[in-house]
Amino acid sequence: MTLLYLDGVSVSFDGFRALNALSLVLEPGEMRAVIGPNGAGKTTMMDVITGKTRPDTGRVVFGEDTDLTRLDEPAIAALGIGRKFQKPTVFESHSVADNLLLALAGDRRARRTLWARETADEDSRIEAILATVRLSPERNRLAAALSHGQKQWLEIGMLLAQDPRLLLVDEPVAGMTDAETEQTAALLRDINRTRSVVVVEHDMAFVRALGVKVTVLHEGAVLSEGSIDHVSEDPRVVEVYLGR
Amino acid sequence: MRRSLLTPALVLGVAIVLAGLNLATPAAGALHVSSYVVSLAGKYLCFAILALALDLVWGYVGILSLGHAAFFALGGYAMGMYLMREIGARGVYANARLPDFMVFLGWHDLPWYWLGFDHFAVAAVMAVLVPAALAFAFGWFAFRARVGGVYLAIITQALTYALMLAFFRNDMGFGGNNGMTDFKDVLGLPLHADATRAALLVITALVLGAVYLAARALVGSRFGKVLVAVRDAEARTRFLGYRPEAYKLVVWVISAAIAGIGGALYVMQVGIINPSEFAPANSIEAVIWVAVGGRGTLWGAVLGAVLVNFAKTWFTAALPEYWLFGLGALFIGVTLLLPKGLAGLFARGPVRRTAPRGAIAEEGAR
Repeated sequence: MTLLYLDGVSVSFDGFRALNALSLVLEPGEMRAVIGPNGAGKTTMMDVITGKTRPDTGRVVFGEDTDLTRLDEPAIAALGIGRKFQKPTVFESHSVADNLLLALAGDRRARRTLWARETADEDSRIEAILATVRLSPERNRLAAALSHGQKQWLEIGMLLAQDPRLLLVDEPVAGMTDAETEQTAALLRDINRTRSVVVVEHDMAFVRALGVKVTVLHEGAVLSEGSIDHVSEDPRVVEVYLGR
Repeated sequence: MRRSLLTPALVLGVAIVLAGLNLATPAAGALHVSSYVVSLAGKYLCFAILALALDLVWGYVGILSLGHAAFFALGGYAMGMYLMREIGARGVYANARLPDFMVFLGWHDLPWYWLGFDHFAVAAVMAVLVPAALAFAFGWFAFRARVGGVYLAIITQALTYALMLAFFRNDMGFGGNNGMTDFKDVLGLPLHADATRAALLVITALVLGAVYLAARALVGSRFGKVLVAVRDAEARTRFLGYRPEAYKLVVWVISAAIAGIGGALYVMQVGIINPSEFAPANSIEAVIWVAVGGRGTLWGAVLGAVLVNFAKTWFTAALPEYWLFGLGALFIGVTLLLPKGLAGLFARGPVRRTAPRGAIAEEGAR
């Protein structure tokens, strides 16, 4: 059984083919790194999986037989797919703890949140996530006051709070220091013990540090797939991406 | 005293003092407060209710409405219809069955939508229900279509303009150009009596306080946290599994209902309601009150509404032709110098936590 299956997905914007019959299979529990030059379709692929963009053709099957192309973002999020944006996107006017509180898995309907009180269980889940993403001392600070790297971690923490089966992570180490990059790689490997992860990244050192199967995208389709050593020796990859 | 009670207590205190000085001191006395001032204060507080309604949507979920006075005016019209029916046979035409303007138009029967408006309770319910229903219909389409920012602001402006044109028409049955006026009494109490006016001021203060506390509870709840989250990063809330359109719709409808309450209290104290209440400029003024007071802080909205209207009263008496320039300068000045409004000057904990940064400038940039 596969967790995620993209089957011949094509997307065009004003004549530009962002995805060109892209097919990709992700096994449960797998961590996959997706690399590729700018415009290769990495972010569009994320948009299609999370319901932000509807493909012109093709299917996106999650789990047994759920066709994601028929669902919108909140419905897909409710299925257990979490997404981290390229630019860290957190709720800046809320405290770190409140950011996690809003992300915690639970009933999202207005009639529930109107009367919801923070429970001891929620509080302990928040504490646990804060420890995982190393933000415990920042619990009551405003998210706006965090450093860039801390915001990235908070966003990853929010993904964890969602308790998803699959995490889509877009350039998690962009703008991070070397030490932060290392910590993030460790964090993602840790998360991957219980969840499937797709990481889109430019940073080759980081991808190597993850040590997982790599998919190289080019012009909206898969160019090469395999270990990082395999793809970096692939002459087509060298030509379009690594060689430049 | 709990901080949350400070604003309602202050408003109520001032209202009681004004009402008391009006009723209990001799007309020539130094401490006497004229009936004009009592009505004026009541009017300001009604505007403050409108400002609270607007701040709920603009300050907390980022929906800039340039048509909020429409909900206020609809509430006013609903109450105005009751006040018209209360006149009974005391109108110019002494017709107990029909309001004067209908007799003048040669109508013979009361239109169906006027039925029941001889009861105060019906009018009071409709003053809330009609704005809420319109807001629901409008919001249901607009938010689902993900219309936001400047586009939504323009549609709200069009909404109030369309309503103004509709209410100008005589055959709508709401008094056309002249609207409704010459009210005599409410619940049997004469509207022109000092005691009634003083009571209305205190009641308005109480309602404002209740609305304030309810709004505070709303924005303090987890629901309110989601609102602010939608305001700051709408896409993020969607990927977290929230449906921003549902949250916007709920708070939008609540806001319209609150505006309707303000309008209903307004018409009793001002004594007239006509289509000019729907004028786009009124809605824009309401946005300025909130911006001046401090978007995203409830007490800021109340303060802004009272202060700007106080300034307007003074200005339009002293330098009538310059008021609009003054208002424009005020708006520009606040935008440039006090992006968080007056509330930003006193920013402590809660203000800093919830007030959007660069409120107005940000809206323009969107």
